[in-house]
Amino acid sequence: MIEGILIGLKTALTFQNILMVMIGCFFGTIIGMLPGLGPMTAIALMIPITYGFDPATGLILMAGVYYGAVFGGSTSSILLNAPGVPGTVATSFDGYPMAQQGKAGKALAIAAWSSFAGGTLAAIYLLFMAPSLSKVSLSFRSPDYFALMILGLTAIAAFSSKGQFIKAMMMVVLGLMLASVGQDSLSDITRFTFNNMNLTDGISFVLVVMATFAMSEALTIILKRNDPTAAAKQVSLTELGSIKIDKEERTKMLKTIPRTSIIGFIIGVLPGAGATIASFLAYGMERNLVNDEEKEKFGKGSVHGLAAPETANNAACSGAFVPLLTLGIPGSGTTAVMLGALLGFGIQPGPRLYVTNPEIFWSVIMSMYIGMVILLILNLPLIPYIARILAVPKNYLIPLILFFSITGIYVMSFNNFDIYLMIGIAVVATFMRLYDFPMPPLILAFVLGGLMEENLRRSLLLSDGSWTFLWDRTLTACILATTIFIIGWQIYKTVTKKN
Amino acid sequence: MNINTTKIISLLFFIFSAFYLYTAYQIQVFTFDENAPFNARTFPIYLGYAGLFFSGLKLILPDPNTIKVEHRSLEYKKTAILVLIAIIYGATILKIGYFLTTSLFLIASYYFLGERKWILMFLLSFPFVAAFMYLLHGVLDIYLRDPFLQMIGVMG
Repeated sequence: MIEGILIGLKTALTFQNILMVMIGCFFGTIIGMLPGLGPMTAIALMIPITYGFDPATGLILMAGVYYGAVFGGSTSSILLNAPGVPGTVATSFDGYPMAQQGKAGKALAIAAWSSFAGGTLAAIYLLFMAPSLSKVSLSFRSPDYFALMILGLTAIAAFSSKGQFIKAMMMVVLGLMLASVGQDSLSDITRFTFNNMNLTDGISFVLVVMATFAMSEALTIILKRNDPTAAAKQVSLTELGSIKIDKEERTKMLKTIPRTSIIGFIIGVLPGAGATIASFLAYGMERNLVNDEEKEKFGKGSVHGLAAPETANNAACSGAFVPLLTLGIPGSGTTAVMLGALLGFGIQPGPRLYVTNPEIFWSVIMSMYIGMVILLILNLPLIPYIARILAVPKNYLIPLILFFSITGIYVMSFNNFDIYLMIGIAVVATFMRLYDFPMPPLILAFVLGGLMEENLRRSLLLSDGSWTFLWDRTLTACILATTIFIIGWQIYKTVTKKN
Repeated sequence: MNINTTKIISLLFFIFSAFYLYTAYQIQVFTFDENAPFNARTFPIYLGYAGLFFSGLKLILPDPNTIKVEHRSLEYKKTAILVLIAIIYGATILKIGYFLTTSLFLIASYYFLGERKWILMFLLSFPFVAAFMYLLHGVLDIYLRDPFLQMIGVMG
């Protein structure tokens, strides 16, 4: 492991990679601060830029964007009570009241230190856990992978959109259907191309991500007459106050951070759960663990109440990398985008990544830590200035998002058809967003579609067409039982809610 | 009878799934693969049934979280114009080239979204696109096809 850490450090500490982490954190913070534009959009917009780099650098850049976006989301939660990303909603419960008391700078500092500590501890957990998990996951067989993918898709559908499970499952199926367009990987038989040569290679992953996130978010902003930059204009006018944390506050944070980092990391590892659930759970858990006097302060500017979700959501971000790096199965929409980008580089994450591309495996882990340091050193003092950059009117922001999206596709294929297809998918996605059809399950399903079919193919061929492979192995049966439980429970909730 | 829009979308998805399933059954596989445990049409067929199942479920089950959209408050006109500009951009980018079409696309988008600060609009179009092109083409070595710049001799 020491050797791996050194390889990772060597790769992550090159001038180019440090610069990429810095750019990623900075860009991610800007996008994360804009309500409605989350880490997935930020990462999607970065994909065309990563084409010019080697895979390790590309992934380091995307990881920096991810952390930056989560940090940016916390900032708008604290200063404006307008969370940029769902994972920072719980941050506003105590962060915003603290800011209203004239302690915005302090709230930002507590959030930044908690994020730093949560992310750092989680990177350490990841450091120790990922190699062992990689070894364990080598014993996984095709049926286990197939069952795990179904579980991941079901879990993201259950957690990503409250009370909209069936809609989310419809999006999962749609994502898998889109992934099935093009040549079959084994027989080369074309499917659903309708004799259109442009579809022979299938629909590009970047196209789907750009269409369903970047472009459709831009169209939604115009359609709903939202102005995400309005919030930023207020930030620049806000008096932040001191960013110093006193001894008493430090003591409180030292109690909260270790326990909430563990819960955040564990939730992050679970497929589909992610930063949002981690932050809410950590907030609830912390409220139950503190004494009555502190409990009273929750919701009114509690240090525990602010540190807990901030630690947990950052720990969850690191935790989300565990299934991606060890199993090759992303647990969240954001890591699904990263998987798609890695596949674009010709790299298949999974247990073998640890052996075949150790520099990628370890440099990503090490760059997480570097990213945390950069967020703390650079972003915290720079928040008021970043906020000023954000005060760009939406009349400029929206065309620029569209420009980045279309450029992303143009440099990839030099094909009009792909641009039309992207616009078409974006229009449909915009309409579906209006009715709360969630997009992350679609992306996860689209990325996993090929792998899922491949594992189902192997499983069915090995079992001579019999579906008994689903319960032949205890592990497969357990995973599948969990999936059935989630589906049954969600449908039961839908039925009983009305009655 | 009142049917909410979510149910209509579900119905459309149901029809789409039925069409997908029909098309999946039409996929031509090799003769020796016809009765194999798994062939090119197996997975799509399961997907078709899954689509029918979930959209059917959405149609049948009550909808406790009905989403109501105030269509009158939505900005359909500007959105449609923006989509149209993007389509025109897509149609011309290959023939005319990246630099000119992108710059014009940006200016047109700024204009139709209500912007009238011409100097800023110019700065955030032509020079901005040129800088971005330099980043992609010059620094990151990502090829950008541009017949217009090639014609005037700026690009090799």
